[in-house]
Amino acid sequence: MAKQSIVPFGPQHPVLPEPIHLDLVLEDEKVVKAIPSIGFVHRGLESLVEKKDFNEMTYVVERTCGICSFMHGMGYCESIEHIMNVEIPDRAKYLRTIWAELSRIHSHLLWLGLLADAFGFESLFYQCWRMREKVLDVFELTTGGRCIFSVNKVGGVLKDMDAEMLKVMLDVTAGIEEELKVIKKTFLFDYTVESRLKGVGVLTKEQAHNLGAAGPFARASGIKMDMRTTGYAAYKDLDMEIITSEAGDSFARCEVRINEIFQAIDLIRQAISKIPGGELSAVVKGNPNGEYFMRVEQPRGEAIYYSKANGSKFLERMRIRTPTFANIPSLLETLKGADFADVPLLIVTIDPCISCTER
Amino acid sequence: MVIKNPEHVIREITPDRLLGEVMAFKNAKLRLSQACCAYSEEKLHVSYSFANDDTNEYTILRLVIDKDTEVCSITEFYPYAFLYENEMKELFGVNIQMINLDYENKLYRINEEAPFIKK
Repeated sequence: MAKQSIVPFGPQHPVLPEPIHLDLVLEDEKVVKAIPSIGFVHRGLESLVEKKDFNEMTYVVERTCGICSFMHGMGYCESIEHIMNVEIPDRAKYLRTIWAELSRIHSHLLWLGLLADAFGFESLFYQCWRMREKVLDVFELTTGGRCIFSVNKVGGVLKDMDAEMLKVMLDVTAGIEEELKVIKKTFLFDYTVESRLKGVGVLTKEQAHNLGAAGPFARASGIKMDMRTTGYAAYKDLDMEIITSEAGDSFARCEVRINEIFQAIDLIRQAISKIPGGELSAVVKGNPNGEYFMRVEQPRGEAIYYSKANGSKFLERMRIRTPTFANIPSLLETLKGADFADVPLLIVTIDPCISCTER
Repeated sequence: MVIKNPEHVIREITPDRLLGEVMAFKNAKLRLSQACCAYSEEKLHVSYSFANDDTNEYTILRLVIDKDTEVCSITEFYPYAFLYENEMKELFGVNIQMINLDYENKLYRINEEAPFIKK
């Protein structure tokens, strides 16, 4: 029997921009077990419900993370709107959908760059992040921000997009689509990339289900799960099919995310072609009283916003369950049997967002 | 796209029925979507959410318990619940027993005991 040794991985590591720690139990170069530690930078944002009223909490929630900022704000607002039975104007629903899909493009491009960097393909990394900059430019044009947008409010949105902005968005996303077709060939057909991703870190469909995996990580294992099928925002008016893959390996996760960028571009086109005119927000009177679990599909998977209110302007509880929190157990499973050298890559393939997890 | 968004169901149960109910959900192949706690009117409200990803049905089992009430861990059926249970234990002081990976209130490294309970 090979000798077992324990290697600490993180919380500081080149592949980890944010801190998470794993105790890796190794037999020679193979990982046989991984024990996670999180909580190095837990901020306790949720406890701010004691000091910030339900409207102000929107701005707290969207500061949970700099990548998923928009959808955090949207998910929280939708939970309060459900409690208060507020029907937001259709234009606000479409604007939320457009910004949400733009966030998905931005997040997936960021991830593709990080993946390329993790397997040592520097030029691919730069290409992905160069494309991502264009998305950030569109965010800046339409919201005024590149990271935190502050366009959501309970009852609708605060900013509109005029026809010129929508045209810019169509042009930019069309350009990204063409560039992505070129980059896709390298990600999916280059043998050096294949050799690092194919068959690495396999998570079967059964394992993904039994471990509660979420998002592209689960869909790459064949699980047909996407919260957009619940029809929040304007998704009920748009055509989309859930993108899945069967292989369950790192290559499949890459493939699913690339195809989801194409899908997001298509959803933006559909939304822009159907966006109605009208108000940006509904009148919201009184305070929320009740509770709701709002589920939205973040770029990393199902995010849950639980709000519990008692009729005062301060919520009793606000809780965010982020997709990374749900994907950690599945990550531990994919590490079992992996080569020690593949551990950084496998961590990247779940697209971990520790900032969200340490809300 | 076929939209499925049935109303969420919240079922309040007593702690002694928890494992039986959870086992039934496990046998029905439902996914544990999340577990969390809230503190309201000096009671702990512990919620376990189960999702059917084919129909989008969402069922929440709710325990309304006193602070010192013992709750058995559901990690026997859903091993990945350990993160949720450790979080509830550390932030709200929920007395959860037999967690398969118990961080002993060191998940978030917070010195204060049950910091999310309003004093």
